[in-house]
Amino acid sequence: MFDSLKAVQAEMGGESALEIAFSEGMFRVTDASAAIRDYASEGFDLVIAHGAQYGNSVFEVASDFTETSFAWGTSSDTGAERGFENVFAYGAVANEGGFVNGVVAAMLTETDVIGVIGPVAGDAKLYIDGFVRGVTEIKPDAQVNISYTGSFSDTTLAAEAAHVHIQAGADVLTGSAQQVVGAIGVASENGVAWLGTQSDQMSLGPDVVVTNQVYDWANVITDMIAKVEAGELGGTVYRLTFANEGLRLEFNESLEIADEVKEAARGAIEDIKSGDVDPVLIEEE
Amino acid sequence: MIDELFTISTLIGILHSCVRLATPYLFAALGETFGQRSGVLNLGVDGIMLMGAFFAFYVVFEGHNLWVGVLVAVAVGVLMGMLKAFVSVTMQSLQGISGIGLYLFGLGLSSLLFKTLIGSVEGVSGFRQLAIPLLSDLPGIGHILFNHNILVYLAYLMVPVSWFVINRTTLGLKIRAVGHNPEAADTLGVSVNGVRYTTLMIGGALAAVAGASLSIGLQNVFQENMTNGLGFIAVALVYFGSWRTVGVLGGALLFSLVNALQLWAQALNIPIPSEVAVMMPYIMTIVVLAFTARQIQKPAALARSYERGE
Repeated sequence: MFDSLKAVQAEMGGESALEIAFSEGMFRVTDASAAIRDYASEGFDLVIAHGAQYGNSVFEVASDFTETSFAWGTSSDTGAERGFENVFAYGAVANEGGFVNGVVAAMLTETDVIGVIGPVAGDAKLYIDGFVRGVTEIKPDAQVNISYTGSFSDTTLAAEAAHVHIQAGADVLTGSAQQVVGAIGVASENGVAWLGTQSDQMSLGPDVVVTNQVYDWANVITDMIAKVEAGELGGTVYRLTFANEGLRLEFNESLEIADEVKEAARGAIEDIKSGDVDPVLIEEE
Repeated sequence: MIDELFTISTLIGILHSCVRLATPYLFAALGETFGQRSGVLNLGVDGIMLMGAFFAFYVVFEGHNLWVGVLVAVAVGVLMGMLKAFVSVTMQSLQGISGIGLYLFGLGLSSLLFKTLIGSVEGVSGFRQLAIPLLSDLPGIGHILFNHNILVYLAYLMVPVSWFVINRTTLGLKIRAVGHNPEAADTLGVSVNGVRYTTLMIGGALAAVAGASLSIGLQNVFQENMTNGLGFIAVALVYFGSWRTVGVLGGALLFSLVNALQLWAQALNIPIPSEVAVMMPYIMTIVVLAFTARQIQKPAALARSYERGE
């Protein structure tokens, strides 16, 4: 999110055109709540709270500062039914990239065993559901082993989960949340392919990270700023998708990836864009 | 489906995971045992681990030898131990709260240094798996015990070493005396503060190596708060192990075994809810603590600061 903000700032003409202030390390919601209130009272036009756990704080402050615009995610709740007019909500349709990574995993695996490391059951559900669906699209018989660490930040357990998947026969791994950095280290040590999501993970395993689903918030931010300037302070739900270029799949250029794998991935993206494949459907199944 | 968990290859895999997972707990909990046996509770272990993890990683990231990374971590750990000793031995502040302070200090400083010196999460090439010749070829047991990186072996080596130091050396005798009856030890000419400084420095060094075992051994990355509270589990393991090195080993192995079991159960798609699976090691810890609590011999002067009467 922060990288996208910086990109938008650069495009708008630097710090004179767009002033950005930020707080990070807001692991405690109460801290975040205070920060949100501070920014609002300091007169910032748009306050972005990047974390699904910040919802209550956003609405609490938004009711006191009705002239200030707020945004939060991952969520689809702008509070419109409760009368809020100054809150934007945003999120990534992570199952789209999950689906494409699943297709890539199915093309890459030779053992037909694929390991997934999730944080807390439910949170990464979209990505993982899309991933499983992508795998079965190509190789219906492939086995996808999923394990959760019960935490977003337990890198030790995530690393051990990677060991376990590898010993259980997996030759392609993926996973989500910040905890996976330890698992990528293990994949790298064992030369097992890793498919990334959410952030750029290639530098962690230049020899093993094959693809990366990248979230690009620039368009969302640009649109929010335009709306705020036009006096529209909220009400829109934004979704990052391949179609609106909020999602991108990056290949590791330093690896030799078979053309057929790349073509299958690009084909899957086109199918999602055109609506031939709907990875969202999995939720209703 | 559940029988998949009890095939020979899976059992070997579970025990292999267990031995590896216990590594950071062993280093940290053995170090904490030294401090507690001398009467000082150090709740700052997690913060020292983070500092050790960061410095070991940073040294290696800058292109230096892995052992230089370990040595720098040890030095940082010793300094953190001295800091804890200064606050709770010399200044006699409450041990519990000053330990929490040390933890927050380590957490904050390691994050700040990480952000200013490195910036984003990067990988390094850490200690590689080192199969011990001949022994690692033994069926089953060879893979379980003798196919790990060198810091894993070192952690297990620290168990008899710590036992020997605490139970068979003059320093160990002083440590135990100071932990049980500092007044009597003082009368006999043992420097209570000197012994407590020493044990906290040893504990700091081992906690820092515990952190290094994560950042340049098991994961080969550094991330803010990467220990995720592991140091607090290590403190609990000292109670769990009734302040005995073998007890600490048993606790670390049991905790890691349950963790390994739940990871394997999930990876093999055995239908237990993941929430239940991740809770198992903690439930186990509470149950064992509840049953052992009555019979343990706690150092009598634990968490009491010592002031010489005139």
